[in-house]
Amino acid sequence: MSLLAFLDILLALLVVAVAVWTIVARDLFAAVVGYVAYGLLLAFVWIRLYAPDVALTEAAVGGGVTGVLLITAGKRLGALKNVAPEAQPGFAFRLLAGALAALVAGAIGAAILMLPEQPPSLAPEAAAAASTAGAGLGNPITAVLMSYRSFDTMLEKIVLILAVVGVWSVGSDKAWGGAPAPFRQSKPYAPMVFLAQMLAPIGVLIGIHMFWTGANAPGGAFQGGALLAAMWMVIMMARLVEPPRVDAQWLRLALVAGPAVFLISGIAGEVAAGSFFAYPPSLAKPIILLIEAFMLLSIAAALPMLVAGPPNEGPG
Amino acid sequence: MTPSVLAGLVGAALVGLGLYGLILHPHPLRKLLAFNLIGSGVFLVFGIVARRGAAVGFRFDPVPQAMVITGIVVAFAASALAVALILRLSAETSRVTLDPEAWTRRNGEDAE
Repeated sequence: MSLLAFLDILLALLVVAVAVWTIVARDLFAAVVGYVAYGLLLAFVWIRLYAPDVALTEAAVGGGVTGVLLITAGKRLGALKNVAPEAQPGFAFRLLAGALAALVAGAIGAAILMLPEQPPSLAPEAAAAASTAGAGLGNPITAVLMSYRSFDTMLEKIVLILAVVGVWSVGSDKAWGGAPAPFRQSKPYAPMVFLAQMLAPIGVLIGIHMFWTGANAPGGAFQGGALLAAMWMVIMMARLVEPPRVDAQWLRLALVAGPAVFLISGIAGEVAAGSFFAYPPSLAKPIILLIEAFMLLSIAAALPMLVAGPPNEGPG
Repeated sequence: MTPSVLAGLVGAALVGLGLYGLILHPHPLRKLLAFNLIGSGVFLVFGIVARRGAAVGFRFDPVPQAMVITGIVVAFAASALAVALILRLSAETSRVTLDPEAWTRRNGEDAE
């Protein structure tokens, strides 16, 4: 057995072990910390599958931002954090649930071992899209996201806005238009402030680099946007800035800028290149980068707003 | 065993673990965590197709990978909405469960 195969099996065991921990841990906080570690380990699995773009997204969004979301939620629940109803499921019920879970996992595992030898693939079509409409993009993932399946990507930006609208609308009527509750209730904490001041400028630079390099190398608007969002959350946690009011014009403009620019480019493609979301080949790369720049802005605005939660009626 | 088959089996195990946690954990935040485990397991199973569909000079099939990236972001958006609903429920009722039995038994107030 080669060293790499040994490491693969070790990584697989580690991922499953940390996943077991997030399920069996008694404390919510411990489970969430386990989940963040799990997200990072899963990113390594994706790298082993030659999917660095997915790995970056999983590490940033799946592990990092989801972890912040759940830790913040646990803090806001306060005493209710670990409350469980008295009626704990009985042993027979546990056994039944375990059997069902094992059955489902076994069925999926069997299906994976019996996959057809000639795998069906959309790669040729994607390659065609990458070499024509997405001309000049060295990263096939970005070409697929922005050209071959651009409609999906635009609708996904709209899903993000719908989620923000949904989160805002569960706030109480009195609080409407106000700012979400701060990420931390306590006074500014000096090490956190220092971290935010040191990390945020570097993180913003790396986020923009990830977006810019995404045209040709792993990266792109999703990963860069998630990093910018994380930096905004870090400075909000340090209480260097507070969450903005939900009726702020600039915030709403930033949220809709990505899908709006995407949609306008799509309609312009109908006029200029003959079909919806077609880009004129000579201008494809600048147009895609323009759309991605606004998507970056929208993602960086939407993710922290999703974590911050609905407007709050507290003081200030 | 190739890395993609191994990753696929890990994905299958994650779906099973997540399903178990989703059914058995009474706390909604723990249920949400388990649901995210199922989600990432499904992405992994879906993603090994990206590894197998290597054709026309790619080392992977970029279409499923792009869809997984989209999926991770949408899964986060759905989780954020779920968290907002859970927090609102707890603020309104001081409970974190929808089970009316647990609600009346532990609260002692009259259920409306």
